[in-house]
Amino acid sequence: MTGPFAVRTRGLRRTYGGRAAVCDLDLTVPAGETFGFLGPNGAGKSTTIAMLCTLLRPTAGTAEVAGADVVRAPWLVRRRIGVVFQEPTVDRELTAEENLRLHAELYGMLRRDARVRSRQLLALFGLDRPRVPVGAFSGGMRRRLELARSLMHHPGVLFLDEPTVGLDPQSRAVVWDHLYGLRREQPITLFLTTHQLEEAEHCDRIVVLDHGRVVAQGTPQQLKAEVGADVVHLRTADDAGVAAALTESGLTAGHGPDGVRVVTADGAGLVPRLCAGLTTPVHSVTVTRPSLDDVFLHHTGRTIRDAGSAELSPAQGR
Amino acid sequence: MTFTIEPVERPDGVPAADLVRGDPARRVDGVGHELRAIGVLWRRELLRLARNRAQLALMLINPMLFLLVLGTGLDTMLAGTAGSADYRAYLFPGVLLMAVQLPALSAGMSIVRDREAGFLRGMLVAPVGRGTILVGACLGGATAAVVQGGLLLALAGFAGLSYQPVVLVLLLAVLALVAFTMTVLSALAAVLVRRPETFQTMLSIGAMPLFFLSGALFTVGTLPGWLRTITLANPLSYAVDALRRTAALAMPPERAPAALELAGWTPPILVELAAMLLVSVFALAVAVRRFARTG
Repeated sequence: MTGPFAVRTRGLRRTYGGRAAVCDLDLTVPAGETFGFLGPNGAGKSTTIAMLCTLLRPTAGTAEVAGADVVRAPWLVRRRIGVVFQEPTVDRELTAEENLRLHAELYGMLRRDARVRSRQLLALFGLDRPRVPVGAFSGGMRRRLELARSLMHHPGVLFLDEPTVGLDPQSRAVVWDHLYGLRREQPITLFLTTHQLEEAEHCDRIVVLDHGRVVAQGTPQQLKAEVGADVVHLRTADDAGVAAALTESGLTAGHGPDGVRVVTADGAGLVPRLCAGLTTPVHSVTVTRPSLDDVFLHHTGRTIRDAGSAELSPAQGR
Repeated sequence: MTFTIEPVERPDGVPAADLVRGDPARRVDGVGHELRAIGVLWRRELLRLARNRAQLALMLINPMLFLLVLGTGLDTMLAGTAGSADYRAYLFPGVLLMAVQLPALSAGMSIVRDREAGFLRGMLVAPVGRGTILVGACLGGATAAVVQGGLLLALAGFAGLSYQPVVLVLLLAVLALVAFTMTVLSALAAVLVRRPETFQTMLSIGAMPLFFLSGALFTVGTLPGWLRTITLANPLSYAVDALRRTAALAMPPERAPAALELAGWTPPILVELAAMLLVSVFALAVAVRRFARTG
């Protein structure tokens, strides 16, 4: 892979008392990409983020983030990245603007620039609430404030550790609207971790992590195409006749009491051709695509929800 | 895979944003940056104090209780027996210490809480030194403590001190050093003890004995040997002594209480202050070292 990269790790590893939380990680994230790190709780996502953000020293291996080495030049990395942690890091006793200004001072921004930038961001994120301490904000607003804060100093790479965990679906959608808007308006690399499949769908490319190791990587489409095909489901006036006709034309089709099933690589692309080619009236068509959960199941033998709950159960005792 | 970077034109002559490193916004660098970071963390502590006036008032209750009730009570009792009736004057420096002790020690609590709440992580990922974060928090905590001590200083007249501006300023200065030392010690404890429950227990169990054994309530010289030894080993004793001798400047010499003696030697007040400064610098260095340890 050529071109500038935002994150590159080679043999990155972190062990806790002999147990590897992250094991020989080789990642390359091109600049400008929205990159997702998918895995259940305890897969090593947060440990990796902590190493990339210079909060945790790698046991072995190297990591270069935003053009600087995390061990040799942590201050450069810190200056160039923004981080939204899983847990809230804003001061609940201060107002939104005070939080942004405090952040700007810690990053050495000029006061004039900080004033302009904080006003812009507060307006952009709908957080213009003077004199209201952040403690009185809703969960969604606080998350947006975290996001605004991480963008104050114009970072090149933005790390988001489970950016929408604990939010209701509506607030989650708002956060994603902002992230999309952000990508459109400025060149930025988004590096996010998630254990939510819907969220991974938003990414240009994802890496599936399990027990500290990469088990699969690619675009969501590639990964899904690898594990299975689409299923087109038809309801017609004559299911048996249609199934026979489709099989004759070389498709994998069958029929049952619930209609005709056609298994194909590109379901959405097949639908127009199917409808145009059939003389029998078609009542309904549905296309079912393999989900990322199928991807996860394929690579780890568990669904991501099973893996997550197993990790949380104390009886597991590892 | 190749990437084209659209150059972003900016009117103010700042170079265009970089796809890898972000926008090289105009920044303050080096020592100036660290000083500003200390400044903003200090201001944060003061803002919190200003928004929490109820707590400010509540923390004054105990020292006032000691001065007004215990002081007056023992004053009248002692007046009945012996001649010297200046117990309130004797107690006053101890009460000042008490007033700064609680807010100074809660500075450590605020570090522990920041860690719990995640705020600390946000600071640790910022491009500032670990020492800067601790120094800012300690200075903020110490300032809050001095504000408390200053409020109590208004009651000096009740303890028989005359309001001499020079002495009051000196007292505030000594209080500031005492408060800073205590804040640093509590910050050190906060860095070593990470669980809020443990820290809270340490505070509530430790604060009373430290105060009782500091010579704040009674003259060290006349104590039985074992009690005197413990008291002399308590660093707070020297803080109380330094405060008491500074306060004595605002009293007629014949009423001034006896200074602390260490095996027949009365340490000069400057030595006491220097020792406190040394302790705080040392404790701060240890705390920064522990704090800087990543993972």
